[in-house]
Amino acid sequence: MKIYRIHALICAGAQCLAAGGNGLEDALKEELKKHDLTEEVNIVETGCMGSCELGPLMVVYPEGVIYTKVKPEDAAEIVEEHFLKGRPVKRLLWKQEEKRFPTLSEVPFFAKQTKIVLRNCGLINPEDINEYIAQGGYEALAKALTEMTPEDVIKVIKDSGLRGRGGAGFPTGQKWEFAYKQQSDTKYIICNADEGDPGAYMDRSVLEGDPHSVLEGMAIAGYAIGAQKGYIYIRAEYPLAVKRLEIAIKQARAAGLLGKNIFGTNFSFDIELRMGAGAFVCGEETALINSIEGKRGEPRKKPPFPAQKGVFGKPTVINNVETLANVPVIIEKGAQFFRKFGTEKSPGTKVFALAGKVNITGLVEVPLGTPLRTIVFDIGGGIPEGHTFKAAQTGGPSGGVIPAEYLDVPMDYENLPQLGTIMGSGGLIVMDETSCMVDVAKFFLKFTVDESCGKCTPCREGTRQMLNILEKITSGNGTMEDIDRLEKLGNIIKLTSLCGLGQTAPNPVLSTLRYFRDEYIAHIKDKKCPANVCSMRGAKNERKVVNRRPA
Amino acid sequence: MKGKSLIDVLHEIQESNPENYVPENLAKKVSDTFKTSPAKVYGVVTFYTMFSVMPRGKHIIRVCRSLSCHLADGKKIVKKLKEELGIDFGETTEDKEFTLEESSCLGMCSIAPSMMIDDVPFGNLKEEDIPVILKKVREGVL
Repeated sequence: MKIYRIHALICAGAQCLAAGGNGLEDALKEELKKHDLTEEVNIVETGCMGSCELGPLMVVYPEGVIYTKVKPEDAAEIVEEHFLKGRPVKRLLWKQEEKRFPTLSEVPFFAKQTKIVLRNCGLINPEDINEYIAQGGYEALAKALTEMTPEDVIKVIKDSGLRGRGGAGFPTGQKWEFAYKQQSDTKYIICNADEGDPGAYMDRSVLEGDPHSVLEGMAIAGYAIGAQKGYIYIRAEYPLAVKRLEIAIKQARAAGLLGKNIFGTNFSFDIELRMGAGAFVCGEETALINSIEGKRGEPRKKPPFPAQKGVFGKPTVINNVETLANVPVIIEKGAQFFRKFGTEKSPGTKVFALAGKVNITGLVEVPLGTPLRTIVFDIGGGIPEGHTFKAAQTGGPSGGVIPAEYLDVPMDYENLPQLGTIMGSGGLIVMDETSCMVDVAKFFLKFTVDESCGKCTPCREGTRQMLNILEKITSGNGTMEDIDRLEKLGNIIKLTSLCGLGQTAPNPVLSTLRYFRDEYIAHIKDKKCPANVCSMRGAKNERKVVNRRPA
Repeated sequence: MKGKSLIDVLHEIQESNPENYVPENLAKKVSDTFKTSPAKVYGVVTFYTMFSVMPRGKHIIRVCRSLSCHLADGKKIVKKLKEELGIDFGETTEDKEFTLEESSCLGMCSIAPSMMIDDVPFGNLKEEDIPVILKKVREGVL
């Protein structure tokens, strides 16, 4: 193995590339050549490092010096000053509240996180299986296949208390056991990578930054339930994740970690990619099954549950990306290790995508049960100068808002529903006093109306009616009866919709009505938008709701 | 056709078509291959927002309309795009270069407002960036 004096990791996640990171690697290599340093400095393109807003990011080891907003033009200075003379480039160091933080471990954003799911993201080259293996990758699969029975594997996952990270928080071990008990020669594992919640992008970052952790998790799940095949259903909007997954699958096959008789055992397992095509509802598991089968992504009635009758009519386990990325760690280190993090009923960590009106946005992994205040203020650095925290939105279009008075409530699967919201996939959008809560509710309703598949009436027609009422209120034509109508309609839609999309669609409205009713009333009675967002220009401003899909 | 679903095949047809859509004759062929009816294939094509049954521009612009982009004044970017291109959502420019579409979320919330042109993501957009980016795409530099 070659020994380098310096390892420079540059983030090649989609957001850093879009922020100008494209070309940084070439520029650095060019400069290294000029100074004859190619043998001494190793440039590694990694996945997402998390603090995407400050991207393109670069971390230089052994010290862990972190540079933010690095452009190809900065390459010459970094190589000459830092790599050649050992003087870090001060102007590029992490800056917060006028203070510079020279190394990664000193930056509060990183220091206060606990990384299990994102353990390798930003640390290894996702396009090289050897880097994953060097971090202990595929050891859990080896352990499962050679030292454990499928029952053992299921027991460990059950004992760990791992819950589905896609939104509902269903116990993963229980799901596996259910599928394990089904009698069938063919079973399937599906990785749900149809991450569609506005504001959530942790799954994309895991797939781009550490694709093998998901493949390994799937193979372990396959062994546990007796499946020989897995599908990853991924959004077509994530071309970089698709590319990295394709590379990972190819390398895993070549290394004998996917395919026939893995580790010389009787267990054979292979994985194929299936692409989505822009339909939010396909994140719902039965709609996803239809889509994999090449049909319209409309949800099916449950029961039968996918574990009984899933894709192609066979028992199927569907797990989210983040859930699967946890699996190798639990198998390798044991259930008790996993339970060291989080709470009794919500063990482990959760990755949140911190966005909106907060100083440092990006991916944040913390133990479940961490108060919202810690995430927004200690890690995210608080609200930008001169503004105040008003609310945080969790769970995307299926969730609700958490107002300032609940900043200290632990974020877990028990507490959030009590506040009228859900964990969802981990989108966390912070809003300050310049955000109008009625506008936010309207925004999500518009989203649901667009994305409703149209199969069941409550969701198709009900959400549209709710949106019409919100349009009326935000244009200054609302009446007090409209508030009652919104609540009544919302509760009916929740009770009577076919799938999770409709059952949760009214949440953003019901939740903002619960905490910010006075804002609705101000729109109606005073014809005023307190945050000055809605134009309130009367009826002519009312937007017509049209169906995007051709008839 | 092993290892490919109907949706994968439709993606391939659309990608290899310079006009970025699934033409009727090919959709019919797909229905033969998959032993299903043309109506079913039409149902699939029109269900998913990324497929089109009408010719589209050479480049597809997808603007993110997620809440983070909305809060980051994404509306201004949309307005500028519409102005520069002279088209609305779902329309194609006269020179057949661009079609403007919306996306529910591109997952680039930290660099909002964002958009994608074909497979290339763009973030931290400002109004003045739009003409520059469009020019570069037109010239084939991006």
